[in-house]
Amino acid sequence: MKDKRRPRLSFVWLHACSGCEIALLNSGERLPELLNKVEIVHFPLLVDHKFGGEQEFALPEADIGFVSGGVASEEHLALLYSMRRTCRILVSLGTCATHGGVPALRNRWTAAATLETVFGDTSGRATVAAEMPALLDRVYSVDEKVRVDFCLPGCPPHPEMIVHVIETLMTDGQPRLPGKSVCETCPTIRTGEMHRTVRRFLNNAEYDSDEPVEEMRCLLEQGFLCMGPVTAGGCGGLSVPLCVQARVPCRGCYGPVRPEGNQLLDMLNVLASHGVDHRAIVDRQSLLRFSGAHGLLRLTRKTK
Amino acid sequence: MTQVITIHPVTRIEGNARIHIQLDAAGEVRDAQVRISSLRGFEQFVVGMPAEEIPRIVTRICGICPWMHHLAAVKAVDACFGVQPPPAGHLLRELCQVLAHIHDKILHFFFLGAPDFVIRPDADYSVRNIMGLVQQQPELAARVVRMRQLGQMMLEQLAGKAIHPVAAVTGGFARPLADSLRKSLYHDAQKLLDFAVFALEFAKKKVFSQFLEVFASVGAVTTGFLGTVDVYGNLRLYSGTLRMMHPDGHMKEFEPSAYEQMLAEEAVAWSTAKIVYARSWDEGLSLDPVSPKGVYRVNTLARINVCDQIATPRAQAELEEFRSRFGRPAQHSLLYHWARLIELVYACERVLELLEDERITDQTVRNHATPRAGRGVGHVEAPRGTLIHDYTTDENGCITRANLIVGTTHNIAPMNVSVRQTAASCIQAGKVDDEILNRIEMAVRAYDP
Repeated sequence: MKDKRRPRLSFVWLHACSGCEIALLNSGERLPELLNKVEIVHFPLLVDHKFGGEQEFALPEADIGFVSGGVASEEHLALLYSMRRTCRILVSLGTCATHGGVPALRNRWTAAATLETVFGDTSGRATVAAEMPALLDRVYSVDEKVRVDFCLPGCPPHPEMIVHVIETLMTDGQPRLPGKSVCETCPTIRTGEMHRTVRRFLNNAEYDSDEPVEEMRCLLEQGFLCMGPVTAGGCGGLSVPLCVQARVPCRGCYGPVRPEGNQLLDMLNVLASHGVDHRAIVDRQSLLRFSGAHGLLRLTRKTK
Repeated sequence: MTQVITIHPVTRIEGNARIHIQLDAAGEVRDAQVRISSLRGFEQFVVGMPAEEIPRIVTRICGICPWMHHLAAVKAVDACFGVQPPPAGHLLRELCQVLAHIHDKILHFFFLGAPDFVIRPDADYSVRNIMGLVQQQPELAARVVRMRQLGQMMLEQLAGKAIHPVAAVTGGFARPLADSLRKSLYHDAQKLLDFAVFALEFAKKKVFSQFLEVFASVGAVTTGFLGTVDVYGNLRLYSGTLRMMHPDGHMKEFEPSAYEQMLAEEAVAWSTAKIVYARSWDEGLSLDPVSPKGVYRVNTLARINVCDQIATPRAQAELEEFRSRFGRPAQHSLLYHWARLIELVYACERVLELLEDERITDQTVRNHATPRAGRGVGHVEAPRGTLIHDYTTDENGCITRANLIVGTTHNIAPMNVSVRQTAASCIQAGKVDDEILNRIEMAVRAYDP
């Protein structure tokens, strides 16, 4: 039974979109190689293992568990606790798990307001989704609810980084993240001269399309809001940050450079220190669109 | 005494779902439901945000088909702001969309669906998956992985980010296509087309032959269909008119912006997904598998049924063969897989067609947009079906209201009908085993929810 010696991997998704799992599948030729080296005990996208046992979310024991998505409902919470109980090492996979991600934008409203918007006026229609798991008051990151052994941010994380983390943890090593900002991995030209205000992205950036991206002027210097200075790098692997490859400014999808950073405050600081008037930014709170967990995005929106 | 059987979670699909089957005292199926428990509230939290940012937000609805949400959203925002992209802007958007369809269809057929047919549904669950395929047919698996990867790499070359894209922007596209890249993409697209033709031949020999014999009981239902066609009745994925086919075969076309007159949404207690049905048939909604009411289907089989023809030669030849065998409309749910591979061939041919269009390398890829108050409905055909984004903006160009109907939502009603029908025909006297339960899941998997 040589299978017994293979590391056992377990995957669950909570308040997630499956982008992290697809990123893993995008690891290309390394994928079949990796799949042959491990035993996957639970992974709903790929494997037919069901919950079983006395508790509703009973899971098999695993060496390494991966959780994608934040925690938004009672059901997510029960499943997360089950993962923590059964996994020796637990990894938060992707920005939703590490910082709430886009779904944590709901933290600006109450759960009741969200339900009313989605289902319409539900007064007198108590049966709407009544049998479904209750929403928590807000969307939490995984580390707000259980102890996490390793956080791998990214929306989605780079495929090679996911494989690196799996392979390193399999051999009981400690994986390393680049630790740099998007700016530090971006090759565009910086002159130190900033535009005085921040423009909405309604026109394309100025660049010569026959020239490589290294010849383009920094998008922040061109006056576009680019979250590169306050966002963890690594989205392009060893190459240029992915949005910049498309000639589009960064919006912060890897979360803050330091895990406990605040992308909104950090960005306003960057702009202020360069004398840029930030008042032109429409909807400033949405600079936390990827990192609204940990209580950063609060009930600031008026409910209807 | 009644008994409830639960399949939790439904596997080899995207998202969180479980199946509830209620048996009566005699062990016969009384009711069955596909219960979806995911409520993220996009329609709430996009309110107040600048509309041009929304195409970069709604991608997170689905990590398998982010391009579809990206494009439906950007089309809706274009309409709110009253801006029309230049020809190259539309061509580049469509090129990305069909490439995204290609990766999706390879993923669904080989990674999610095929293990039931290639490895057999009665195989032990631990090998009935892509890992089993890697072990049993390593060469095929390696080719599948390589081709899916190739499609994703092509998208990255065109648009930077392939998962959760950013390159479609209000008024067009962010970056023109260089002629050198066009040539290399053309070369790669020919490889994809070869693979698509191979995949369909492989499936006809090894997979589809089992459908109507072994799996006749899985998902045999009769419904209407909804899909997108152009003015000639050709299958279209990026733009066109919506065509609704009644189960009796008669068809009616409508503009996407008129969706509220044609379709109605209804919330239920047992699922967070709303149920959509055909309002225009005036018969209400019933999920009774013997005579469903108001129920239509979307996604591959629906598109193949509603179109008069396909405008590319190889896919058209496949469509003719399909129709000669199953008629029009074809109703059996497992034929979704067959239709999926015909669409894969079409998508590959369409990539070549788009790259042959001289305008695709024009330097003007984006027109300036001015934020304003307006309403816009954007629609595309996603792998999972007709996708509709409907936004309203204020005078500052910020969202005041959003309504989204995603592909899978249209299919919630027929999926429930199919699961109930399959459960009723497979479960007798309360006897269930792993194979029967997997057959019931196959009825869900066909829809690729």
